[in-house]
Amino acid sequence: MLTRREALLGTVLTAAAVATVGAMPAVASTKDVAGLPREKVTLVPPPFVHAHDQVAKGGPKVVEFTMTIEEKPMVIDADGTQINAMTYNGSVPGPLMVVHEGDYVELTLINPETNTLAHNIDFHAATGALGGGELTLVNPGEQVTLRFKATRSGTFVYHCAPGGAMIPWHVVSGMSGAIMVLPRDGLKDDTGKPVRYDHIYYVGENDFYIPRDEQGQFKKYETAGDNYDDTLKVMRGLIPTHVVFNGKAGSLTGDNAMKAKVGETILIVHSQANRDTRPHLIGGHGDFVWEQGKFANPPAKDLETWFIRGGSAGAALYTFLQPGIYAYVNHNLIEAVELGATAHFTVEGSWDDDLMMQVEAPKAIAS
Amino acid sequence: MSLDPIFISGTIAAAALIGVGITHALDNSSLELSQLTAVSELVLVGPGSFDHPKAGEFLKENHPVAAPIVQETIHAPLEIMKYQVSVSEYGRCVADGACKPIDARKSGNVPVTGVSHMDAEAYATWLSSRTGEAWRLPTDVEWAYAAGERFRGDMESGESDPNNPARRWLARYRTETALGRKPDPEPRLQGAFGINSKGLADVAGNIWEWTSTCYIHATMASDGLGIASSIDNCGVHAVEGFHRTYMSNFIRDGKSGGCAVGTPPDNLGFRLVRDQPSLARTLLRRLGLA
Ligand SMILES: [Cu+2]
Repeated sequence: MLTRREALLGTVLTAAAVATVGAMPAVASTKDVAGLPREKVTLVPPPFVHAHDQVAKGGPKVVEFTMTIEEKPMVIDADGTQINAMTYNGSVPGPLMVVHEGDYVELTLINPETNTLAHNIDFHAATGALGGGELTLVNPGEQVTLRFKATRSGTFVYHCAPGGAMIPWHVVSGMSGAIMVLPRDGLKDDTGKPVRYDHIYYVGENDFYIPRDEQGQFKKYETAGDNYDDTLKVMRGLIPTHVVFNGKAGSLTGDNAMKAKVGETILIVHSQANRDTRPHLIGGHGDFVWEQGKFANPPAKDLETWFIRGGSAGAALYTFLQPGIYAYVNHNLIEAVELGATAHFTVEGSWDDDLMMQVEAPKAIAS
Repeated sequence: MSLDPIFISGTIAAAALIGVGITHALDNSSLELSQLTAVSELVLVGPGSFDHPKAGEFLKENHPVAAPIVQETIHAPLEIMKYQVSVSEYGRCVADGACKPIDARKSGNVPVTGVSHMDAEAYATWLSSRTGEAWRLPTDVEWAYAAGERFRGDMESGESDPNNPARRWLARYRTETALGRKPDPEPRLQGAFGINSKGLADVAGNIWEWTSTCYIHATMASDGLGIASSIDNCGVHAVEGFHRTYMSNFIRDGKSGGCAVGTPPDNLGFRLVRDQPSLARTLLRRLGLA
């Protein structure tokens, strides 16, 4: 079996992967970048997001992030079903990174020796080298630093892409997250008027493909390598066994429900690295929704449900108008209820009868 | 490319240097054992030196470069299977409960495919214990030596521009495309790809073979020759065939996809080498003392 020092590469280590060993080449602009102010950001696990300015203060800077890859078993539902998770910084999904358009993202990606697999990172927000994937492949015991310029604003997926069949396997083992590149002057509504949010939540959606034994029970595997063959067979069926938010069915409910107050505006960033999804806030709306997540396009207004294409992240802005419990679901309701894609908001505040009231409580049908 | 100044063609062991030596004839080996070994036809490749590009990935001054070419020497004659291990041979290991079953598409004297490095290791361990001999996967160097003129090595364009990594990726892509090799997934009967100059069959056909050489990630010393530092990764091994590639130990099917451009192995299989027992040990065995 695989030992600690063994690490696993892509099925086919060819042009893509072989090229990964190079660091970013020195280019003409290196000097310009060297003069820029630097900021170190400590990432926080989702659904929370590190502190950031909505409107950029000053000019472009280099924003430094560090992510440590952790391979570890994680429980993905209330029955204790386990996945051999591959994670960016220990969480599924990986943390949301926030910068402004024109900033440089400088990520140090660490693959500790305790891991067994080689990993990398493909930023949909980055340009060239397969999103940085070609320049970031790290074996256990290695680290790499990539810098890319955030030239387009919006919410973008990042994910592991270590070559061949490894790519979907790593992604459905949890290795994805998102980055939000804000316009320097912040978000604007469809008329160009600035909008702000009081809270931001990052909801990463994952589809998992857990093999079952002869009795139909979900199987557990000692290491990721052990599950590969079986998992691939389930993956090829394209029907996930779990569709969850924040890595686990029910992880954003109860004590961990997201919170807001009536009158507060929230921005929900929703990513799905692999599969289409359709977020819906039951009892609420999307006031302004960047379905495709790209802020250079005006947001759609007053949406009931929005569509996030597999391999993308979108953003929805909403101001709560009524208190209560809101369910935030993937509105394929089978996936929401049976497979796990449900989150909750608890919203405090006073009720507005004008918006809704029960005129008459249920009673016997008048004859 | 490999040079083989000493032995241009390997000697094919007459009537099959079968996997069991005389020691076992004396051991009253079982019928099953003789059936098993009857098909393990071996080729004896004489010692020699040749130039060989090291397996792994190499960095120089922070950018990827072609693998350094070093002179390698095979000191003792190399006893290597003439054919890749077949479905029926592998099947005996499965029947013994020592190997994981495969999804066999064919049966009989067809190379076993869909086997991982772990499967190949399990087979070598099983065969060794069944025969009392030392069977193992060849190293990358041994494989290349026995492959002779059919050894190609990594897909390498030779292009390396520290200021533009994309030149290397593009050149490599063009190199592979120019080779024009089409996928050829259907395993054929043993021998279908002919015999090379060393007497091995089916080298660099449509089966890529596992080796025992770990993948390394190395930084070249400033002289451009030595290796300043390297990280060995034995969770990944060199795989040899039409070209050399590197695969995780648990992979049974090397097909690629997504952004992994390049030639994926059509199939993964293996052949083994037999380490010659020392003379002293052989004598002791004959005398029933070991
Ligand atoms: Cu990964």
